[in-house]
Amino acid sequence: MITVKYFAQLRQMAGKEEDQFELGPQITLDQLSDAIGSNLPKIGELVRDKKIMVSVNFDVVASDHIIQDGDEVGLLPPFSGGI
Amino acid sequence: MSTTLQPKVRIQREDFSVTDEIEALKKSSKNIGGLVVFLGTGRELNKGESIADLNFEHYPKMAEKKLDDIRVKAIKDFNIIDMSIIHRIGHIDIGENIVLIIAAGEHRKEAFVACEWAIAELKRTTPIWKKETTTKGEVWVQSTP
Repeated sequence: MITVKYFAQLRQMAGKEEDQFELGPQITLDQLSDAIGSNLPKIGELVRDKKIMVSVNFDVVASDHIIQDGDEVGLLPPFSGGI
Repeated sequence: MSTTLQPKVRIQREDFSVTDEIEALKKSSKNIGGLVVFLGTGRELNKGESIADLNFEHYPKMAEKKLDDIRVKAIKDFNIIDMSIIHRIGHIDIGENIVLIIAAGEHRKEAFVACEWAIAELKRTTPIWKKETTTKGEVWVQSTP
């Protein structure tokens, strides 16, 4: 099971805080973006087009990162902490 | 003043006391000779828009981890003695405290550099998001210089 977390404007677009997907032991980010896009096409597109950062288990990863079963994936809009 | 020892990196809803945080950090070492404080507060105008209030949210665990990383790297790379980083989340009114960074060093120079680096690094690497409520509605801020 892969858990996908939505934050800020992505959470509002998704209408929920997270999704869970059963996609096998290892998948690419493109495969995950297809799974997300099946229900949330705009968010799937943002991930596929690398318009947002992606974290896996709390670290930002490159687009060729392989996601393992059990991972927590964060979809991260541009940060705006501080002032 | 609270006698409870608080972690030096925190993300919290409640306000903080700048004085208490300075006093707590000063207890780290008797070699501290200079402290530089950056305090970020909610401002009323952004790009000409009047802001009614602010709302911050974060990615729990990841945001704390990134702030911890910033503190550890600042102490190591800038040769300061200690650092505190506190960021508030949730609803924040204009004028209220948002973020506090205190760099403590033997001398002022390294503390100034470390403090400026830490706030820039916080904005670059830490998953915290700001939503502004303006007269035109709610806006998720994309980034600020």
